[in-house]
Amino acid sequence: MAIREEVPQQARNLVEMSWDPITRIVGNLGIYTKIDFDNREVVECKSTSSIFRGYSVFMKGKDPRDSHFITSRICGICGDNHATCSCYAQQMAYGVKPPPLAEWIVNLGEAAEYMFDHCIFQDNLVFVDFCEQLVRETNPGLLRRAEQTEAPHADVHGYRTIADIMRAFNPFTGDLYKEALQMARLTREMFCLMEGRHVHPSTLYPGGVGTVATPQLFTDYLTRLMRFMDWVKKIVPANDDVFDFFYEALPGYEEVGRRRVLLGCWGSFQDPGVCDYRYQTMNEWGRAMFVTPGVVVDGELVTTALVDINLGIRILLGSSYYEDWENEEMFVERDPLGNPVDRRHPWNQTTIPKPQRRDLEKGPYSWVMSPRWYDRRTGDHLALDTGGGALARLWATALAGLVDIRSSFGAGVRATGESVEITLPKTAATPETRFEWKIPRWSNAIERDRARIYFIAYSAAAAVYFVEKALGLVHAGETKVFEDFEVPEEGIGCGFHEAVRGVLSHHLVIRDGKIANYHPYPPTP
Amino acid sequence: MSENGGVEEVYILWISEGMSCDGDSVSITAATLPSLEDVVLGNIPGLPKVHLHNKVLHHSLGGEEFLRPFRQALDDELGAPFVLVIEGSIPNENINGEGYWTSFGNDPATGEPLTINWWIDRLAPKAWAVVAAGTCAAYGGIHAMAGNPTGCMGLADYLGWDFRSAGGIPIVNVPGCPVQPDNFMETVTWLLYQAAGLAPMIPLDEQLRPTWLFGKTVHEGCDRAGYYEQGDFALDYNSPKCQVKIGCWGPVVNCNVTKRGWMDGIGGCPNVGGICIGCTMPGFPDKFMPFMDQPPGGTVSSSFTQAYGAMIRRLRSITNRTVNKEPRWRHNRGELTTGYNPRWPR
Repeated sequence: MAIREEVPQQARNLVEMSWDPITRIVGNLGIYTKIDFDNREVVECKSTSSIFRGYSVFMKGKDPRDSHFITSRICGICGDNHATCSCYAQQMAYGVKPPPLAEWIVNLGEAAEYMFDHCIFQDNLVFVDFCEQLVRETNPGLLRRAEQTEAPHADVHGYRTIADIMRAFNPFTGDLYKEALQMARLTREMFCLMEGRHVHPSTLYPGGVGTVATPQLFTDYLTRLMRFMDWVKKIVPANDDVFDFFYEALPGYEEVGRRRVLLGCWGSFQDPGVCDYRYQTMNEWGRAMFVTPGVVVDGELVTTALVDINLGIRILLGSSYYEDWENEEMFVERDPLGNPVDRRHPWNQTTIPKPQRRDLEKGPYSWVMSPRWYDRRTGDHLALDTGGGALARLWATALAGLVDIRSSFGAGVRATGESVEITLPKTAATPETRFEWKIPRWSNAIERDRARIYFIAYSAAAAVYFVEKALGLVHAGETKVFEDFEVPEEGIGCGFHEAVRGVLSHHLVIRDGKIANYHPYPPTP
Repeated sequence: MSENGGVEEVYILWISEGMSCDGDSVSITAATLPSLEDVVLGNIPGLPKVHLHNKVLHHSLGGEEFLRPFRQALDDELGAPFVLVIEGSIPNENINGEGYWTSFGNDPATGEPLTINWWIDRLAPKAWAVVAAGTCAAYGGIHAMAGNPTGCMGLADYLGWDFRSAGGIPIVNVPGCPVQPDNFMETVTWLLYQAAGLAPMIPLDEQLRPTWLFGKTVHEGCDRAGYYEQGDFALDYNSPKCQVKIGCWGPVVNCNVTKRGWMDGIGGCPNVGGICIGCTMPGFPDKFMPFMDQPPGGTVSSSFTQAYGAMIRRLRSITNRTVNKEPRWRHNRGELTTGYNPRWPR
């Protein structure tokens, strides 16, 4: 999509710029660009990931019950999303439905993970790009303006000017930076209460959890959650103030990191009342999730059906260090509903690593493959993104208008069709607060960042509801958290979940009781 | 030089570009004893000033700006000693022709990616101390599983188990998948005290682990060990009892997590219902799989304890009933029966 008018190629004076390694992210990423400084445009950009470990290779022939322990190690900040997703896939393959209390415990764990990760990522990694120190170095004029701009929500967060907020984000010395580190600890304590330890969980199993569900467990969690609430009520308006300032102070900033609206969300937080992990009923329990699955193209919700989402996934090559699997074995010809499954679908993928020289001009240049989503309407292979995860989650949920949860503890999330209303309960220090995330005009850098902070509020509100549900079961004496299962000789399974940064799927094929194929697709590929 | 003959400033050059997930970098942000801020801001008395260069946290714009101290270290231009921290397993780059399994920055002359092996070859001999963060860097870990394509290994497999740093220190392994937050920060704290001339050589066992952290087993610190001793075992994951029959390897695994908790005493593994899969051990993961089956040795020891445990439990429950009753002299009657002879007139 041409967002600006094209400048003829011969008129350009291109400078090559690269950043490798990129800091304040997780993983090995390099960015190589050609920049036209006269026209202030990036003309070409290649991203390269320079690490290969080969999970789908070394999992072959292993016991399927080891899957979640192993795949958790894929990532050191969102590993629990993998463990959860793997348990979902295993549950489908084994035909087991965990007891409801186990599902609320997993939902509480995952909610804490969103709160933790978005908190540390936004405030300790991303926000360093907006902090006073960095703005002073890169755009001193902007800082001068920030000094003179009153923060609209000063009464809520206590920072008089935008520059005061920026100063609070200075690494290791700023108040908000230091508070965020503390909040990232508090929320991980909440996580550990449910999932044992962070980031690779100890108490997750296919069939349920090993967490001991006592009243104490939920009080320990809820108390911390309510302490976190005060911070959420302050940090959302503080972020809004900074983002709105950037739009106002730097006209055209809405073009920064702007993409066509091509968003994918695979749904999050299972509803144990509906979810039985059967593929045959996957569309129903997918839509019952407390974050709605969906593909959003140009602002339109194309589907909310997990089966359609599943069948559309295609893994392409072209710029990556792999040999194609065109002539390899097909593992799954048809899904359990009889639909044909494509050769390029993760169920049928074979990873054949082929290390080679990096060629940034003609390729290949990366260890990352190229997943696309096949749009049946047009025959296009869409390069969906997740907008950092939160943007796609809120966008799809808002459009679908399905989520409506209310806790008698005074928290709630409601999708309206064009927005998501998030109600946070009254706490000792602050009154009940309602935030409304409205569908933005752009899928760009600022809106991705803004969505991330709103999703912290979403997770906090949802967690209050989950605690209430879990406590209800404990009060009723229904404390069972694990259901036994048998591993079949042959079987397939798939798990769909929202990792912190967005879409996550795990596809599993079992033969002779061992893993014949396992392909996790997280949001970053 | 400080008055104790130690140094006043130390760089921590952290390369997480091994076969890693960056989980150890993320984990240490959870530490509180001491916290990252405590160390970086100089909150701990006696420690040298610390310059931490870790990709996940560093405020720089990335690329060459981030790599500068690493390049300076190559040219002996840092101006202070440095601790080299490696996170992730070390791949075998001798098997892959022109390609690379993992890289960290580029060669400024050729523009080609520099492998982590290239950096380790040059930086490790110059480092005052070399630390392996996590089981991957220590022993190979999950990515060195049977059937892996990269042939990866731990730091001591790569540099030699008898390697000595420029400071005369063996490789310091802090295993764990991920590393327990405070375990790592405490190891760093010891090394910083040692650099400042305020502590002796860090005590390490044969697997190069700090002895005060890894000298005991999971079982020895597990609050479910009482069930084990009474021969009372969980048969599925619903039970709050000892998990050795459903996959726990705690009795033979060196790790303090059950004793210490995961963060600030919260969480853990078998103490909170998560089987110990031996993620701190050189044999991890292969010698522990399938994780959810009973370890072979568990059958023998658990049948012994089951044999006498049932009797012990019965005896204890009798005593337990007795001590659940208050002594007879606690009552509200019109007489004192505690054994005291009152002097007031009746």
